[in-house]
Amino acid sequence: MKVLRVGTNALLVELDSDGEVQALHAEITRRRAAGSLPPVGEVVPAARTVLLDGLDDPGDLARELPSWDVPEQPADAGDLIEVPTRYDGADLADVAAHWEVPVDEVARIHASVEFRVAFCGFAPGFGYLTGLDERYAMPRLATPRSAVPAGSVGLAGRYTGVYPRSSPGGWRLIGRTDLVLWDPEREPAALFTPGTRVRFVPVDQ
Amino acid sequence: MIEVVRAGALTTVQDLGRHGVAHLGVPRSGALDEPAHRLANRLVGNPESAATLETTLTGTAVRLDAPATVAVTGATAPVRVGDRPVAWGAPVHVPAGAVLDVGTAAHGLRSYVAFSGGVDAPPVLGSRSTDLLSGLGPPRLSDGDRLPLGGAAGPPAAVDVVPVSAPARDLVLRLVLGPRHDWFTDTALEVLATARFQVAAASNRIALRTEGTALERAVHRELPSEGMVLGGVQVPPNGCPLVFLADHPTTGGYPVIGVVPVADLAAAAQARPGARVRFIPIHPPDHDAARDGSGGNHGERDR
Repeated sequence: MKVLRVGTNALLVELDSDGEVQALHAEITRRRAAGSLPPVGEVVPAARTVLLDGLDDPGDLARELPSWDVPEQPADAGDLIEVPTRYDGADLADVAAHWEVPVDEVARIHASVEFRVAFCGFAPGFGYLTGLDERYAMPRLATPRSAVPAGSVGLAGRYTGVYPRSSPGGWRLIGRTDLVLWDPEREPAALFTPGTRVRFVPVDQ
Repeated sequence: MIEVVRAGALTTVQDLGRHGVAHLGVPRSGALDEPAHRLANRLVGNPESAATLETTLTGTAVRLDAPATVAVTGATAPVRVGDRPVAWGAPVHVPAGAVLDVGTAAHGLRSYVAFSGGVDAPPVLGSRSTDLLSGLGPPRLSDGDRLPLGGAAGPPAAVDVVPVSAPARDLVLRLVLGPRHDWFTDTALEVLATARFQVAAASNRIALRTEGTALERAVHRELPSEGMVLGGVQVPPNGCPLVFLADHPTTGGYPVIGVVPVADLAAAAQARPGARVRFIPIHPPDHDAARDGSGGNHGERDR
């Protein structure tokens, strides 16, 4: 763990793996709920970091953090969300070619994985899901699409994501879901929150 | 209600923004010149959290259905009620049916228009702010739009300190180095401390973009996406630093060389394209204490 100062009121904790990020985020959440963490405005996990923003005295926490006992998270920690998915995305054939598998194998491989929301970003409710093996990493499209429909399931690098709303995007599209991932009127607004487990369930319609 | 007679170049509803939802990918949003927004509210007797209108350069004009007290702060601009010039930076009574016109800014870029009762657009995730990055909150104003005002405000402020934006001069922003200043060459850090940049025309509520000498990176690998903060100075591949403002993305994949303290961001919000910008790099407080547990081995970073 390495703790970096970010301005006068924030800390960025650098970690070595998805699992370490998940574990520290869970520990921060636990301490925050227990009232044993100094007041913090935002806790933002990302690929290899957790940002703590809005701290009155980041110095104290920066000194204390490396001595924290951060338990590893069990594999079944967090809620599980099932995402009914039609595997009929525009880039399905390209993905199959890249993976060197028949087209219908893409759905089978993708749906056999239990994913976890590592972090959110890009757009409200857009989760970066980890779980797919490194060998299935996909390069982004060289030219992003100007409009990707809401509910599109895509791959980029080692991540899977679902577009919460129609937006431009460069992820490789493999399918689509009717699940509403983002609704600011709902509590919680985002279906995918950091730490949530996700399974994609193939459906025909 | 107010009716938008002239929306202006870009007018949005703003309050103090959305908090506690960055982990869901939701930008904070809120007034860019927050002190000006708070002041406008105080002048009309509102809580500082009430929503105001944030204009851009060319002001705005609205007709009021019912009488209200209004105040214009931020960028200095001529203010009229009907044909009558009225005070900028002071509570002004506007009768029912009259048009409040905020003209083109004389100095600065963004004016704030507070109405007694506040702009009562429906809140989204605890805020009425328009978020231009992710499209949350009310849309930017268009001619003919109607917006409700809230009821009952307190009495207008009798006296308050109303700072007048100074005529254009260099924008000077302090910058607390890190977290990724060591991703840049020594030359780049020297350029950052000595060069003058220009505010780029592409600046918006997401970031104040600059043009000038490109900052050269020492570390060329890709930065995994990490959390971004208000005032973060990110250096995209073109090497020109940009300062994140209220609608900034919550995560980003370009290194942040330093962070401008929030106290300096009101001036950044008022800088016009073409204005000159200088940065004053400073080290974070007790930056030696923020080392890793293993004694600050910097080589570890290049794993």
